[in-house]
Amino acid sequence: MDSSALIINNLTKTYSNGHKALHGINLEIPHGDFFALLGPNGAGKSTTIGIITSLIKKTSGDINIYGIDIDKNFVKAKTFIGLVPQEINFNTFEPINEIIINQAGYYGVPREVAVPEAKQLLKKLNLWDKKDQFSRKLSGGMQRRLMIARALIHKPKLLILDEPTAGADVEVRRLMWDYLKQLNDDGTTIILTTHYLEEAENLCKNIAIIDDGKILENSSMRSFLSKLKNEKFILYTENKIPKDLNLNGHNFNLIDDNTLEVSISTESNINSLIQDLSKKDIRVKSLKNKTGRLEELFMRLVDKNGK
Amino acid sequence: MENKKNIQLIAYKTIVRKEVLRFSRIWKQTLIPPIITNVLYFIIFGNLIGERIGQIEEYNYTDFIFPGLLLMSVITHSYTNTVSSLYISKYHRYIEELLVSPIQNYTILAGFITGGVIRGLSVGIVVILAAQFFVSFTVHSILLMLIIIVLSSTLFAMCGFLNGLFANDWDDINVIPTFIMTPLTYLGGIFFSVSMLPGIWQDIALINPILYLINALRFSMLGITDVSILFSFFIILLFNLILVSFCLYFLNAGKGLRT
Repeated sequence: MDSSALIINNLTKTYSNGHKALHGINLEIPHGDFFALLGPNGAGKSTTIGIITSLIKKTSGDINIYGIDIDKNFVKAKTFIGLVPQEINFNTFEPINEIIINQAGYYGVPREVAVPEAKQLLKKLNLWDKKDQFSRKLSGGMQRRLMIARALIHKPKLLILDEPTAGADVEVRRLMWDYLKQLNDDGTTIILTTHYLEEAENLCKNIAIIDDGKILENSSMRSFLSKLKNEKFILYTENKIPKDLNLNGHNFNLIDDNTLEVSISTESNINSLIQDLSKKDIRVKSLKNKTGRLEELFMRLVDKNGK
Repeated sequence: MENKKNIQLIAYKTIVRKEVLRFSRIWKQTLIPPIITNVLYFIIFGNLIGERIGQIEEYNYTDFIFPGLLLMSVITHSYTNTVSSLYISKYHRYIEELLVSPIQNYTILAGFITGGVIRGLSVGIVVILAAQFFVSFTVHSILLMLIIIVLSSTLFAMCGFLNGLFANDWDDINVIPTFIMTPLTYLGGIFFSVSMLPGIWQDIALINPILYLINALRFSMLGITDVSILFSFFIILLFNLILVSFCLYFLNAGKGLRT
């Protein structure tokens, strides 16, 4: 087993209109990773994915998938990849079972093998009872699940998801998260692009942030999040907070009589704050992190790059 | 995972199956209209006008025009099948299902062409069946007839494929039928023998490649032709080779498919 699922070396892309979308990016994604590729709109995420999946032609650079150079052995390299694209792209006049079985055929899976595989996959994704329906009649959430089923029918080792939960409701999103976690636990390497940073923070082990065609950050999620110096928490109290409250060393803001926003250094812990409040007879009912940690770091990094 | 050769073979069969199912599902749009059109041709041109024209060589006018009408139906539908299938898959973006998979470009081309040829042959069969009521169906050489129909069909399936690659909107898919196929087909001798044309027009008519297809098919069915059969064969093969080279060149360049 090759230890790297994907290696990208000096990848550049200049479109025919002269727009330079990628400025020689480098990435290495280990086998079994759950990897987040994040960036604002137009940063180069979809261009990178398009080149890996050969929907877009690169200008220069190398791509290696599980040890196979995509330029030297295109057929073999592509059998490793499954793609869930950003936009729905089915033949809307084809029954969903046929969509899945045909996709298997494009990857060289014989029909007699694909038929039971498709049944299993559609059952797993709660789509089996819709198997004879045209895809246009499915709900948005079902269409998203169908995209995943289509990408998985040939059992790819590397699954690429380009904003898979865009437009999906909370329930569908959580169902998909559980399914993707399970897939990753079973050994599928996953690359995820998303605008829901909470999604990336919950699911991914490693992260790259791309902006303006350059990789700004490439590290583990844990080490990236540790860069955050302060976090803001919202505390809800049972009793009224006095207006003249004084919290030793903590910056805070009184939102209303029972709600407090406090900034806490990532090097300290929240226990001392709660103890401090308790001494003042203020009982904390619940608390929450105000902003996603990843979102805050992401915005800082992208803003800095913009400046 | 299957080996490379098997991947291409299975992928090819999948594309062909999908293409055939596509036009079979909409048989009312794909197989019935050519019957109606040809029956009208037989009645109006064959029976009503044809009786006044009389015989051409030793055949009555309906029998004389039938090979050309048959060819026109076959090539039009082979063309339409590939251009519409390719363009719709581009428009709805499900062509990406093929583009992200390990399918080689020659397999994609072969799959689409085969789909177009099968539609052309299906239309050919229904037109021949409908013609039984109007023409005295004769075949000079069944093998030659089949070869000419298949080669003409591949040629126009490739024209459709090329048009599909270049098309950027719905209007573009009608460029080749409107400006090239229809005029060349009508001027290619469906309704007349080249020898009936005056002077210089005979020479001009010989520039039209469709004239060779029509005459080759007419020879295979009636045993008469205005041009050399060997030369017709050469022209048909030459155009097939040129078109297959163009299709592969533009596919490999990613024209209309990959950015």
